[in-house]
Amino acid sequence: MSAKIDLENVSCDFGSFRAVDNANVSIEPGEFFSFLGPSGCGKTTILRMISGFIDPTEGAIKIGGKDMRGQRPNQRPTALIFQNLALFPLMPVWENISFGLEVRGVDKATRRKKAEELLELVDLKGAADKMVSQLSGGQKQRVAIARALAVEPSVMLLDEPLSALDLKLRQHMRAELRAIQKRTGVTFIYITHDQGEALAMSDRIGVMSQGRIQQIANPRDIYNAPINGFVAGFVGENNIFEGKSGAVAAGMAGFDTAYGTLRARINDDAKGSALRLYVRPEHTLLSAAKAEENSIPVTVSEVSFEGAFISILCHSDDGKLIVAELRNDGSATVPDIGTKLHASFDAARAALLPDANVRG
Amino acid sequence: MNDLIRRYGVTITALMCLLVAFWLVMLVVVPNITLFEQSFRPYLPVVDVGGPKDFYSLRNYAKVFDGSIERSFFGIPYMIPVHVMTFGLTIWYSIVVTVACFALAYPLAFFMAKIANPKSLPTLLLLLFIPLWVSEVLRAFAWWIILAFKGPLNALLLAIGAIDEPVRWIVGYDGVVIGLTYAYVLFMLFPIYNAISSLDTNQIEAADDLGAPWWKIHLRVVLPYAKPGIASGCVMVFMLSAGSLLVPSILGSTTSQWFTQTIDQWFKDALDWNTASAYAFILLLLCTVFVSIALKVFNVKLSDIAK
Repeated sequence: MSAKIDLENVSCDFGSFRAVDNANVSIEPGEFFSFLGPSGCGKTTILRMISGFIDPTEGAIKIGGKDMRGQRPNQRPTALIFQNLALFPLMPVWENISFGLEVRGVDKATRRKKAEELLELVDLKGAADKMVSQLSGGQKQRVAIARALAVEPSVMLLDEPLSALDLKLRQHMRAELRAIQKRTGVTFIYITHDQGEALAMSDRIGVMSQGRIQQIANPRDIYNAPINGFVAGFVGENNIFEGKSGAVAAGMAGFDTAYGTLRARINDDAKGSALRLYVRPEHTLLSAAKAEENSIPVTVSEVSFEGAFISILCHSDDGKLIVAELRNDGSATVPDIGTKLHASFDAARAALLPDANVRG
Repeated sequence: MNDLIRRYGVTITALMCLLVAFWLVMLVVVPNITLFEQSFRPYLPVVDVGGPKDFYSLRNYAKVFDGSIERSFFGIPYMIPVHVMTFGLTIWYSIVVTVACFALAYPLAFFMAKIANPKSLPTLLLLLFIPLWVSEVLRAFAWWIILAFKGPLNALLLAIGAIDEPVRWIVGYDGVVIGLTYAYVLFMLFPIYNAISSLDTNQIEAADDLGAPWWKIHLRVVLPYAKPGIASGCVMVFMLSAGSLLVPSILGSTTSQWFTQTIDQWFKDALDWNTASAYAFILLLLCTVFVSIALKVFNVKLSDIAK
């Protein structure tokens, strides 16, 4: 039912503009894989190449080991869910869902039965005879999913389908999508610019920038061990320090900055290139006493209450902004504005990373 | 109204309303009412007008049933009043023109709305519009020349070997149908173009992605969506064709007679304005009824067309 998808050295040019540059991914059967990146990074182009609306300029896309070049969208075992869903407004819900079966010549009674089954699968029982315009945003979403599932695709392609929903519904639909994927076992390829969505739903994420896949890893590794500055910056917040890396020992390196020599993790292949130090706000600690290492004297300039956490904006003596986050669990004391403190971080939580991987 | 007064003052508003009212009443309502009133009165010598012979009746309307001729339908002979037959043929060939216009306009409209490069669209529209800058009379005569027995069309077809001997194009209603189709195809094109261009391209792609062949995409997605546009195009082309006098007069053959030509003959040859008016109202009324029935059959609301 589900199939493996391989992108082998896939590039796509629009005129002189290279939208996708040498993408290599192997997506396992039954996997929930997300392409994450800012708009214009090439993720939608990848999706349209997999679904068959455009052919790659170079390289091959294989579904279940079979090269898909020249296969029309209606010949591929994929089903695409459009960003705006593209439900047919003049058909009732059940005809929308069974459209794929209708064009395959399935008789009406079977189609109707299948549509009812799928409506049950997406928790929308009894909506078969409604018109699309009578449904809410979340319900339309479910109909779109059911319509795509009806043709029993090996691969479901989702192009930011949740972006039009409000926050609560979006969070609910995340869990729902994940559950439907687990129930059906179909390979899901999900396109999003929302890091929260990608982190919460995916088995693996491919982070993209300027047509290049920067990193492919599971959500934890993407967040905890980003491969470069772009990934670190796109997925989460950072305090970033400029400087020069020094001696490397056991995966750690010294980093000469305006605030003395800081220590952080370093990847073997990152040595020598222009690096910056990245540390997450939630790993940045504030204390009255100077810490043993990686300690920078700061003054609290603003306290921003965010609900689940409290964001403390500090400035170093030379005016650099350093942000620390405290969990709002009642244990932390919130410093007053103007307090002089020391910001510090564990060397194992900080990383020296190169900038994004872009074409030279 | 209040908005108009606030914006332009009472004087200009009143002037605008008066002009519109004058146009509506004097140029539309009064002439129609005059003809309508005349259509119920007999055609009399001037001395008898207003006299005892001048009374209202439906006699003028009943004249369409005068003068039966013999026709045969699949070998079965039957008698039919000649004007009724003319009317029937007018309706029938107007339908043919409407269908022909649709067959030409739909693919072109789809191409313009969804396939053509938006950059080349203004050029395309200009090419379609330029012929409209020439008067309808000249365009009809142009077709008369093109379709002539020794005209350019036959010459071209002979030259490329498509036909062995020249074809007589202006025979029966052929010339009329060709001329009317040409004259009114744009009235079909633009409503359909408008309808299709507002269709979300994703819907076509979604149908494609779900496995639909191209004809199924048109049948189930594009055509139903464009239905109001198609309906308004059809209504316009049908009404214009049935009411056209010029094209049937120029491109008609010896065996073709359009109902408007009959009306014209009552006006100008018989100088019987009363009967002519009656015939004109028959055409108006029956065409309206026909269109209403057609809209009902194809399940289109008048409010959809107005969009």
